[in-house]
Amino acid sequence: MATAGPCNTIGKSKEAEIKRINKELANIRSKFKGDKALDGYSKKKYVCKLLFIFLLGHDIDFGHMEAVNLLSSNKYTEKQIGYLFISVLVNSNSELIRLINNAIKNDLASRNPTFMCLALHCIANVGSREMGEAFAADIPRILVAGDSMDSVKQSAALCLLRLYKASPDLVPMGEWTARVVHLLNDQHMGVVTAAVSLITCLCKKNPDDFKTCISLAVSRLSRIVSSASTDLQDYTYYFVPAPWLSVKLLRLLQCYPPPEDAAVKGRLVECLETVLNKAQEPPKSKKVQHSNAKNAILFETISLIIHYDSEPNLLVRACNQLGQFLQHRETNLRYLALESMCTLASSEFSHEAVKTHIDTVINALKTERDVSVRQRAADLLYAMCDRSNAKQIVSEMLRYLETADYAIREEIVLKVAILAEKYAVDYSWYVDTILNLIRIAGDYVSEEVWYRVLQIVTNRDDVQGYAAKTVFEALQAPACHENMVKVGGYILGEFGNLIAGDPRSSPPVQFSLLHSKFHLCSVATRALLLSTYIKFINLFPETKATIQGVLRAGSQLRNADVELQQRAVEYLTLSSVASTDVLATVLEEMPPFPERESSILAKLKRKKGPGAASALDDGRRDASSNDINGGVEPTPSTVSTPSPSADLLGLRAAPPPAAPQAPAGAGNLLVDVSSDGPVAQPGLGPTPEEAFLSELEPPAPESPMALLADPAPAADPGPEDFGSPIPEADELLNKFVCKNNGVLFENQLLQIGVKSEFRQNLGRMYLFYGNKTSVQFQSFTPTVVHPGDLQTQLAVQTKRVAAQVDGGAQVQQVLNIECLRDFLTPPLLSVRFRYGGAPQSLTLKLPVTINKFFQPTEMAAQDFFQRWKQLSLPQQEAQKIFKATHPMDAEVTKAKLLGFGSALLDNVDPNPENFVGAGIIQTKALQVGCLLRLEPNAQAQMYRLTLRTSKESVSRHLCELLAQQF
Amino acid sequence: MIKFFLMVNKQGQTRLSKYYEHVDINKRTILETEVIKSCLSRSSEQCSFVEYKDFKLIYRQYAALFIVVGVNDTENEMAIYEFIHNFVEVLDEYFSRVTFWLILYCERGKNTSWG
Repeated sequence: MATAGPCNTIGKSKEAEIKRINKELANIRSKFKGDKALDGYSKKKYVCKLLFIFLLGHDIDFGHMEAVNLLSSNKYTEKQIGYLFISVLVNSNSELIRLINNAIKNDLASRNPTFMCLALHCIANVGSREMGEAFAADIPRILVAGDSMDSVKQSAALCLLRLYKASPDLVPMGEWTARVVHLLNDQHMGVVTAAVSLITCLCKKNPDDFKTCISLAVSRLSRIVSSASTDLQDYTYYFVPAPWLSVKLLRLLQCYPPPEDAAVKGRLVECLETVLNKAQEPPKSKKVQHSNAKNAILFETISLIIHYDSEPNLLVRACNQLGQFLQHRETNLRYLALESMCTLASSEFSHEAVKTHIDTVINALKTERDVSVRQRAADLLYAMCDRSNAKQIVSEMLRYLETADYAIREEIVLKVAILAEKYAVDYSWYVDTILNLIRIAGDYVSEEVWYRVLQIVTNRDDVQGYAAKTVFEALQAPACHENMVKVGGYILGEFGNLIAGDPRSSPPVQFSLLHSKFHLCSVATRALLLSTYIKFINLFPETKATIQGVLRAGSQLRNADVELQQRAVEYLTLSSVASTDVLATVLEEMPPFPERESSILAKLKRKKGPGAASALDDGRRDASSNDINGGVEPTPSTVSTPSPSADLLGLRAAPPPAAPQAPAGAGNLLVDVSSDGPVAQPGLGPTPEEAFLSELEPPAPESPMALLADPAPAADPGPEDFGSPIPEADELLNKFVCKNNGVLFENQLLQIGVKSEFRQNLGRMYLFYGNKTSVQFQSFTPTVVHPGDLQTQLAVQTKRVAAQVDGGAQVQQVLNIECLRDFLTPPLLSVRFRYGGAPQSLTLKLPVTINKFFQPTEMAAQDFFQRWKQLSLPQQEAQKIFKATHPMDAEVTKAKLLGFGSALLDNVDPNPENFVGAGIIQTKALQVGCLLRLEPNAQAQMYRLTLRTSKESVSRHLCELLAQQF
Repeated sequence: MIKFFLMVNKQGQTRLSKYYEHVDINKRTILETEVIKSCLSRSSEQCSFVEYKDFKLIYRQYAALFIVVGVNDTENEMAIYEFIHNFVEVLDEYFSRVTFWLILYCERGKNTSWG
């Protein structure tokens, strides 16, 4: 064909190409516009050239009509080029669409299989909703019609699948569904393959409608599996009969439970056994394609066996087969075997069989050169772990951690921490393991992990002495990780007395050891250490003088960090004014933490590690382990705090005291984790650190602690804790002065949408937080803050939102707002969350401005002028003359003023160009009447805005708000 | 199911792309760059399956050309892996000796919906 024109320039310079193409385009244009009617061949030629030019990356804006004309040609080549052009350059011109649809309809009805296929391919390639609406009803008919050719049926099935995936609602279910299932019996393997794909997708939504496919799929599979390697001719791939169809059939069967009919089931089991047997036979070809195709079927067979989880014999055979692959020289097979085995490990029938491969898997972890294979090996070790091999697996994983890839360290740390806790026979082993974790991979030990070890040590008095001794030894290392200092500081502060008898770890030694790390630590750790010190004063009175000296040092008392300074001041005062009894009460040993699911496990599940949940599901394998490992039991003897620590939390806790508790233990994992503390803090329960510190807060006003410095700044996070609003906050706020709904904020991670309604002095606002990433946000905490006096002017009640926002998900938060009195500054919305481990925070101005509480007031001209005159004191009026920043359109202005909230009064101002409005600001304490007048001057592109209200500040504020809108 | 199908050269340029699920044009560029980076950096000893975000990449290399298929986690890796080869064999059969240059020059535009 004559497309040689533009082709010639390829490889030459870009300029030459563009020049050549422009010339060609001009030529084609003139041909299309010419008086002489083009014959079909020329039309095809030029449309084809246009298509080629488009594929080279140039824009094409004509030729659509000629392409549509080609659709009605009776020559295949012309029709084909027409369809190709239409499929690639879809045009939304409705007239054109009508013509295209008409041509497609004709072809579908033509009974010419080639034309029907071209039309079906075009529908599938475009796949738009309009196409779906036009043809979704016709295609099932073609698909099941007795006289349709095989190629048409095949195309119809795939076309329908495409339309169903794009808009499921358009594809009507009906009597054809029963007949489509029978396509599995079709003579033509292509039809069967297309039908399986369609049925697999359809049956997910309506499993019962397609249930009959099970027996048909089984018999089809059986025929393929038992056929000789040459029976299927075209569908034999390197001596493997129809490998992809077999895989698809096996996958379809995984949409259903095992067949109920014994005969069908028997036949299926026979098939599965045949596949497993064939894997042991010598290959029919040395070509890798042969074994790959065979293995594809084998892996899918194993998936089905695991899915059924009911045939112990098959499960064990599958496991042995995979075991062989674990040492195969092909990396791909080793990878897939590890992955499959991971799911096998959670079946009670094959768990033991999987365990026999432990040495191979450990070896894989050590020697595999590919990180993704090593990762699979680590997953499998985790999944096969139980009481009998926990020590071996944990120690291997710890060893691996030293050289593990950075990308998977955190996950390995979590897995080790979970296994160590889950299968701990004695807790000294557990403590050793976690401290080893910190030593080896301190940077990857997340808060959850070290909080957890503290919770367990606090709750179990039999391990406290050992823990104190071990951390003391660990701290003696010249360089130890900061997380070790944190754990050490906490444990010694609580249980340092248990090892104080030994002169090598006497109180002064303990203190100087901790204090030697102090200066190298971050603020958070230093804060924790200061709390340890005050606990030391209680535990070891002999250290009091030394510690007071440390607290009194200028570097503490005048520390630039508020938190450290405050702790130093408070602890110093506490240690000097409180009596020993008071001190002992206040600094009592921590009460046990409430029983809860391990926060580490929750974290791992959030990370969606493969096999994360399966191995740790309590239950069938490990029902007996609950006595020591199923959770930490509180030991009542240590409960001795004077008041429930629930009241005391909140040194850092953001939720206001009035916030309702999250519903406890609803069986939902995420809810559990965030709510089972005494006072739920979104994201984390009371962390040991917080609980530890909060115990030092004044328990109640009448306690002796009341004489301490005012704790308010720490207990009640003021706006300064949330950082100042982002620079564009004012601009964003401005957008919402005259409207109530819209997108308040958007960046790459997060979108915040607002919907609000206000009536009188009340308002309700819905905030929609959308996670734009594919990664879950954690510790998601949106908080409304009232800076300055706002608390007395505006009451905002918020509902708590879930602490996790899944990737792509949106959560909604409802705010109830009451305007108590007039206010000038809007409340702030502070949003904090963790994204991929990194803390994110953002402060915005909430779009609540005083004009939201406007109630429009209609009045006659006479009344208006009378009131206008009444408000004639100079301070009651605010006026602004400003330049228009938007085009001066009367309708837009009107809409803005209505959006602002005032009524618009017609026929009041003698000049019809001017706008006059009136309204009342409704607050709980008072009402403020407002009159406004806006005078546009189109020539000068200026406005004059005048506001009169009974309150000076309101006049000025409204004037400023409104002036920014035009 | 298959999410997308890419042909990429060793320089990381996309030679052909076909998406089976809607992805914005500008997101495609980012996705393709990342996908290519993660495949190009692998050695022949490493396995042909890469976990990438919430889906899996399955790739094969033919001289200077990489074919990468993105699938979700319900797909059979080995079947797709071999499907790539089948695809190449079909090209080879149909066009008799498919070379890298053929694909390079005939598929210069990325707007193609061929596949």
